[in-house]
Amino acid sequence: MNNSAIPVAAMPAKKFNLNTNQKAFLLFLLILGMVLLVWEVGARMGWFSQLMPSASATLKDFWWWISNPFFDYGPNDRGIGWLLLTSLRRVLLGFAIGSAIAIPLGILIGLSEVVSRAVDPFIQILKPVSPLAWLPLGLGLLKNSESTALFVIAITSIWPTLINTKFGVSHVDQSYLDVTRTLGASRWRTLTKVILPAAAPYIVSGLRISIGIAWLVIVAAEILVGGSGIGYFVWNEWNNLKITSIITAILVIGVMGLLLDRLFGLLQTWVSFGQRL
Amino acid sequence: MITSAISLSGTATMSASAHLSIHQVSKVYFGKRDWLSRATRKATLDYVALEDINLEIEPNTFVSIIGPSGCGKSTLLNIIAGLSQPTTGTVMIGGVPISSPGPDRGVVFQNYALMPWMTVLENIRFAIATVHPKLSAARQTAIAQEYIELVGLRGAEQRHPHELSGGMKQRVGIARALAIDPQILLMDEPFGALDALTRGFLQDEVERIWEQQRKTVILITHSIEEALLLSDKIVMMTRGPEAKIAKILDVPFPRPRHRESLDQHPAYHSLKAEMELHLSRETRAVEESRIRRTVAVES
Ligand SMILES: Nc1ncnc2c1ncn2[C@@H]1O[C@H](COP(=O)(O)OP(=O)(O)OP(=O)(O)O)[C@@H](O)[C@H]1O
Ligand SMILES: [Mg+2]
Repeated sequence: MNNSAIPVAAMPAKKFNLNTNQKAFLLFLLILGMVLLVWEVGARMGWFSQLMPSASATLKDFWWWISNPFFDYGPNDRGIGWLLLTSLRRVLLGFAIGSAIAIPLGILIGLSEVVSRAVDPFIQILKPVSPLAWLPLGLGLLKNSESTALFVIAITSIWPTLINTKFGVSHVDQSYLDVTRTLGASRWRTLTKVILPAAAPYIVSGLRISIGIAWLVIVAAEILVGGSGIGYFVWNEWNNLKITSIITAILVIGVMGLLLDRLFGLLQTWVSFGQRL
Repeated sequence: MITSAISLSGTATMSASAHLSIHQVSKVYFGKRDWLSRATRKATLDYVALEDINLEIEPNTFVSIIGPSGCGKSTLLNIIAGLSQPTTGTVMIGGVPISSPGPDRGVVFQNYALMPWMTVLENIRFAIATVHPKLSAARQTAIAQEYIELVGLRGAEQRHPHELSGGMKQRVGIARALAIDPQILLMDEPFGALDALTRGFLQDEVERIWEQQRKTVILITHSIEEALLLSDKIVMMTRGPEAKIAKILDVPFPRPRHRESLDQHPAYHSLKAEMELHLSRETRAVEESRIRRTVAVES
């Protein structure tokens, strides 16, 4: 903002000279302003349903939740920070369990054509199933809502990581393998020093997709399983008809998902060493 | 400095090197003729790439292989490396038939084949540690450093391949192949992907290193000047299919050689003319057969 202000002041005849980023930012502000304006006016004029709060009320409530995220007045009255952390802990735990299954299995089927073909029908059939379909099964088997949530998240996290790991391991550049063959490297050394580092970018991109989907699923799982977490909060606030809290939760969930994705994006660049995927 | 690197397995300045014998080697790439590829019209015929190749290479000689594109030079080199098996015939090193790749043969790849996640030093150390796992880590690093020095990459040890130019990458490739102290160095168009200046510079480097090490080298190249500058013998191959060895030229120039003064040798121009004639004749024949084939397909 600053650097654009100076030339404008110095040369009043000249028009705004903004770069793409600045233009995009201004447009972003414009769109945001329009949405808030229509929302505010619409809510006041009664264009929407009775339940719909005004933009200003929502922003006020949003700020109230954000400015004090870590209060705790009992199980049904906790700050949004605690709610997020509860869900995040579940997602990370379930994701860790899922990845601990998916990565070794992916390596195995990536290395062995026979195992790959044998396991493929299972993967092909189970992969397209919505993770929530597993939920009743989890409840029935585990008889515990907390374990069921972890179970659903773990199942969710398996598929993208499994498939990407398999692809990365079975598509290692032939010339790397030729190098290790000419050196007479053992199978174990080839696996640990060449195949896994070469597959790492694919594995991480699988993990990135997995955690994205796991974060999508946790909200639904918590709504169904209940008890605690941001998903349960959304459902609870709907029962209290507090739409402002729901909108706040939606924004916070979105930001958290974005952060998780960026984190794995960084990890991806870190293991890629200039290779393009 | 260089002698100490070589003394890993030998004692003299000249490293251990063995006689290489290629005996009646032929290579057929079998086509696909199962019912599935026939049904999808993807069936292919068998392709006889090499037919009855015989070649004896004395220790400590620099041999170049030159021939029209697609004649089977890489196929032959991969067979020597052990990366692919001949359909018939044998390759022997020091009288022992080879059946698999091994560290007695160092390979320099055209696409460098450096591990992107390893630094320059790690790439070279990986080779040394794989071949000599019992050596102490400090010794492995010391040897790697010596070869980094040998190829003139001092100061770039901690860089990753994507931070290097093509010429620097191939220096790493050469250092990695030499660092395991192989008896034979195999290079498949090592400078093919480099620009002319870098190429000339690296050729001079290879000439300099060869003067110090005198390993048996087999170099595949498309460049007549490169072959003349570096080789003791030049193997000229005919076009494929069924490529054979057309002729083996002796290159009598004294060493050390310098590219500026090389053409003053009386034999230079006649050798060059002979190679040019051979290559252009083979290449023209390849083109003509291709044209005839397309005409035949069209009509
Ligand atoms: N895996 C393969 N299957 C079938 N045919 C192959 C295979 N590899 C190579 N060929 C054929 O064998 C012939 C020789 O190939 P090769 O790569 O050895 O030639 P080259 O002399 O190294 O060529 P260039 O100069 O272009 O590198 C070519 O006609 C090629 O099409
Ligand atoms: Mg080739």
